[in-house]
Amino acid sequence: MSEAFFTIQDLWVRYVTDHETVYAVNGLSLSLKRGQTLGLVGETGAGKTTTALSIMRLLPPRVSRVDQGNILFNGVSLMDLSEEEMRRVRGEKIAMIYQDPMTSLNPVMTVGDQVQEVLELHKKQSRRALYKRVDELFAMVGIPPDRKKEYPHQFSGGMKQRIVIAMALACEPELLIADEPTTALDVTIQAQVLQMIAKLKDELDTSMLLITHDLGVVAQTCDMVAIMYAGKIIESGTVHDIFHNKDHHPYTEGLFGSIPKLTVESRRLSPIEGLMPDPTNLPDGCAFAGRCPACMPICMAQEPDYCQRASHAIKCHLFTGENRGEAV
Amino acid sequence: MTQLLVETRGLRKYFNTSRGKLHAVDGVDFSIEEGKTLGIVGESGCGKSTLGRVILRLTDATEGEVLYQGKDILTYGRKKMLDMRKKMQMIFQDPYASLNPRMTVSEIIAEPIRIMKTLEDKQQINRRVYQMMNVVGLSGRLVNAYPHELDGGRRQRIGVARALAVDPAFIVCDEPVSALDVSIQAQILNMLMDLQEEFGLTYMFITHDLSVVKHISDDIGVMYLGQCVELSSSRQLFERPLHPYTQALLDAIPMPDPDHAMGEILKGEVTSPIEPSPGCRFANRCKHAHEACLGQDIPVYQPFPGHQVKCVLYQEGAE
Repeated sequence: MSEAFFTIQDLWVRYVTDHETVYAVNGLSLSLKRGQTLGLVGETGAGKTTTALSIMRLLPPRVSRVDQGNILFNGVSLMDLSEEEMRRVRGEKIAMIYQDPMTSLNPVMTVGDQVQEVLELHKKQSRRALYKRVDELFAMVGIPPDRKKEYPHQFSGGMKQRIVIAMALACEPELLIADEPTTALDVTIQAQVLQMIAKLKDELDTSMLLITHDLGVVAQTCDMVAIMYAGKIIESGTVHDIFHNKDHHPYTEGLFGSIPKLTVESRRLSPIEGLMPDPTNLPDGCAFAGRCPACMPICMAQEPDYCQRASHAIKCHLFTGENRGEAV
Repeated sequence: MTQLLVETRGLRKYFNTSRGKLHAVDGVDFSIEEGKTLGIVGESGCGKSTLGRVILRLTDATEGEVLYQGKDILTYGRKKMLDMRKKMQMIFQDPYASLNPRMTVSEIIAEPIRIMKTLEDKQQINRRVYQMMNVVGLSGRLVNAYPHELDGGRRQRIGVARALAVDPAFIVCDEPVSALDVSIQAQILNMLMDLQEEFGLTYMFITHDLSVVKHISDDIGVMYLGQCVELSSSRQLFERPLHPYTQALLDAIPMPDPDHAMGEILKGEVTSPIEPSPGCRFANRCKHAHEACLGQDIPVYQPFPGHQVKCVLYQEGAE
């Protein structure tokens, strides 16, 4: 298998306002190999979208601070690029699909023009080639090209998301960042869109960072999984490590316990009690300690290291140091 | 046999649009026994929220009956209806939009009590507010907080407390957990089930998420374009889904297991609910569709006791 072509090293991002400082991403590292799909899983406020925006360098300028860390793409640090150079990466090498198809399209521009705009910015070509490519893209995502003269409000949610995907894939990017691409869609439409993304990804050999909170979607589409909590990755591995291995971070277990299962007959769910810690005031030690059913004194005092077993890494005291091996 | 609490008969709601009549709810019959939960599942635009609103008379029905303990509440006048509202309440989908941002938690929970005058004395109202907050697991110190200070899970707890404040028997829950994170979603679902046991509540639970509805419901109705295409007990529906749409809906759920292959994926999208032509509304996406599905309305068949389905595949004698 090829080497990682995309790496995030120890990324720290804060949002600073007059009143408070929000610690959104706290030392996040991950890497992605060509052609792979990495699922970044976590709940609201875990820092998933901040991570995505840091990669694109689209963090809100005045309040955000990247304190530390590096993002390497094909061996080049995205942090060191000038705005001009970054603009050429954005949309061409790395493209993003945003969460809400209802609001990420321009309502006063025809959808054809919006797809065309991406191509005009990045690829110099004749008018005729341009129009042909737009038609191709529409056909690729399953929308009849003669609808390109229509406006976003004339399309349903699933169709709009297809247009957003067509825009993202217009320049055949090497990395696709999909931020909750199907959360706003109905299940049957979600299945269609996921299937289409997977097919196009294979055809174009694109790698994907899929941000989601839905473990079902992860199981169906991803090769690698990273689970985020309070700005850190607390468990990562291949999809089999996460879904089939016995040992897990207690938060991961909680996430699985919270999903209502279709195959199991049980009336009560086992949720994670309590709430995510306040990102303006993160606790010492493990951020999950306050909600953890297996919390030990050391968890409050000291942040755990990663316990690495082959491809599976867990950031929890249950699996490190002298507790290793005797954990539940 | 327990008592039927809520029943609908031939309930229809059409909206007038510039392009014709939009059939939001088109002939829905179901009944809910006291203390039970009926889950209503369907995708956006299938009329499930309109159905909930019509039952509570937040929107007036075009045709049909809504029976509460055997009496048609659609014929009630204003005053009698206000009385009924003490018995029927609603929990809304979006805890960010359904709470008045300029009211404190206590004002929000007390509002239905004041409007319906179930309690008059200020102190009694206050006591009731604290009692309700306690019931839904909100700490008393939040009594003067405003909604924006709270997270989604706590806000939805306020929505539940508000619905319970007038001591209703029947609650329509319109997607109460779909705006929440999974771990919080599980907390709220457990709470709703506990409250049902404690107060003997009857729920109509509207959702697009089949796994949620399986969990909480005794019976499930599947809606497609304003019609109830399948109605059965929760267990039967998941063990033996009959309608091709129900089967497709179940197949489309991504299973949290990487070895589980995705089922066959439904093609196409929901057609327009404006002036639908007679016949099965799912026919254009259905792999079993043939002539018998088009041209006339499909009656309800009952191939197994207690399991109703609106599909010609289950016509008597057909195989």
